[in-house]
Amino acid sequence: MSEPAPATNYLNWNYSIRSWLLTTDHKRIGLLYLMGVTFFFAIGGLMASLFRMELATPAGNLVTADTYNKLFTLHGVVMIFFFLVPSVPGVLGNFVLPIMIGAKDVAFPRLNLASWYVYIIGGCITLYVAVTGGLDTGWTFYTPYSSTYANTKVITAALGVFITGFSSILTGLNFIVTTHKLRAPGMTWMRLPLFVWAIYATSLIMVLATPVLAITIALIAIERATGIGIFDPAIGGDPVLFQHMFWFYSHPAVYIMILPSMGVMSELIACFCRRRIFGYSFVAASSLAIAIIGFFVWGHHLFVSTQSPYAGMVFSFLSFLVAIPSAVKAFNWTATMYKSSVSWQTPMVYAMGFMGLFLIGGLTGLFLANLAVDIHLHDTYFVVAHFHYIMVGGALMGYLGGLHYWWPKITGKLYPEWWGKFSALTVFIGFNLTFMPQFVLGFMGMPRRYYSYPVEWQALNVLSSAGATILGVGYLIPMIYLIWSLKNGKPAPANPWGAKGLEWTTPSPPPMHNFEQTPIVTEEAYAYGNEGHGHG
Amino acid sequence: MKHHIVPVRLYLGIFGALMVLTAITVTVSFYDLGFLNTFVAITIAVCKATLVILYFMHVRYSNKLIWVFAGAGFVWLVILIAFTLSDTMTRAWIPLPPPLPM
Ligand SMILES: [Cu+2]
Repeated sequence: MSEPAPATNYLNWNYSIRSWLLTTDHKRIGLLYLMGVTFFFAIGGLMASLFRMELATPAGNLVTADTYNKLFTLHGVVMIFFFLVPSVPGVLGNFVLPIMIGAKDVAFPRLNLASWYVYIIGGCITLYVAVTGGLDTGWTFYTPYSSTYANTKVITAALGVFITGFSSILTGLNFIVTTHKLRAPGMTWMRLPLFVWAIYATSLIMVLATPVLAITIALIAIERATGIGIFDPAIGGDPVLFQHMFWFYSHPAVYIMILPSMGVMSELIACFCRRRIFGYSFVAASSLAIAIIGFFVWGHHLFVSTQSPYAGMVFSFLSFLVAIPSAVKAFNWTATMYKSSVSWQTPMVYAMGFMGLFLIGGLTGLFLANLAVDIHLHDTYFVVAHFHYIMVGGALMGYLGGLHYWWPKITGKLYPEWWGKFSALTVFIGFNLTFMPQFVLGFMGMPRRYYSYPVEWQALNVLSSAGATILGVGYLIPMIYLIWSLKNGKPAPANPWGAKGLEWTTPSPPPMHNFEQTPIVTEEAYAYGNEGHGHG
Repeated sequence: MKHHIVPVRLYLGIFGALMVLTAITVTVSFYDLGFLNTFVAITIAVCKATLVILYFMHVRYSNKLIWVFAGAGFVWLVILIAFTLSDTMTRAWIPLPPPLPM
């Protein structure tokens, strides 16, 4: 902290556009991802605000039914494939993972840049679909909406998702090889920060699951082009086979979205409680357990399809099983906080938001994993509320917490702490106001994906739309003060939080090759308490 | 990392084997073997894939970690197929009505 930051760093060594667009520096690629995911988040958020406006009144009077279908479809496609999946791995993983393990870069820097371009190409195709007629199948591309009865640009949209899938595969491959091969001397597996464990587990899912999504999408196109029966029962196919293959990717994809944020959580809790994470090895192993068990539960999306009751029972049981590693994390974070002296800085406030919201999201998942209860709740707003608590309450809160935590490292600037806490609280309140009423609506039987509803449900829908407005403001505030801080923020010291971890031993912003010399690791992760009690 | 040098003759031999197997697949397709049709076709395909992975993709000469990762892909394929079959093989199939006249 005392030594002055060196004059050149990864940001200021070259300002040309070319040096950004052709960069192979993982830190700059992380920032390219930051711009990409922020853009797509704004698009997805815009769609959400439009259909929440429609749902403020029972009658379908703001947009037509067709437009409504296109709005929620695009919201889902953009938010899942172009925001949630690439957000934490693409932005934070790219930026901090190599630094955390003491490496100069990822294992394949050019492949890393390629994966960003592949992501952007997939995104452009999706935007093209959005402005030239849209897509109305829902983000799940279910047959026969996407095959026999397709009346929108299904194949083009599917191509966009197909292409962006390869970005995930390349990123996952890169992180796996990086973690295996580029760890600094002394950085053993059991000394890895839990964020690295989480990203590693996520990468395994990306590499093992995403190809199945690509194959499934390709099969839709093949069925259309050749007339070979795959999903269409009229020519000998099975529409439920599509659901099997789709969810073989898409359930694990939930963990692609949430696991990285769980990794962020471990970093935040350890830093702001000044403690080693309680049960480190269990939290690390639970990431792998979630990644693996997550592949055996996909049938819980098919309980009310024609899936056999026998398969339903097996998938129901296995779905309950995932609760165990998730609970291991939640309990161990709580145990870490127990009797520690917590400093309530912005990232920690986000982390507490994650804890509360992920808890509700996870526990309501148990309702849905229950065969009989799911018959009542399937395709209602209860499901919508449940997965938003996981994806937005969990994954997005973790992403924002991590972004605030590493922002001083990434940019070399501090953001206004008061505004940070204010935005975290606004997001928390807005989020609950938006989605808590949806649990009630779903329980009362309001189906998802309808643009009008009976009058007696208006009060709860208005609450939800009002909450969405607050939530929108909550997301705008950080966008404003973070951008403001780039120019006006106080310069950040190398280690503004007094945190452990290699990324805090290098200047903010880091030099081009991360470290002046390769660090040698001599202690476990989160070795707090070696410097005595107290902090500040 | 040491790289194993594979003689060109081996590559050509593998290529020849793949061509022969392709010829067998095509030839077999002219005979109706009943329930063995799929079985034979998939067996030949698996042999070809194994040759490609072991020799063209150099897995045969790679370390244990590469074997684990290459193997994992196939274990996951088995998960996909086995659990999907756990549904389709235990469904109460309702006979389809005859197709509507177009
Ligand atoms: Cu699921």
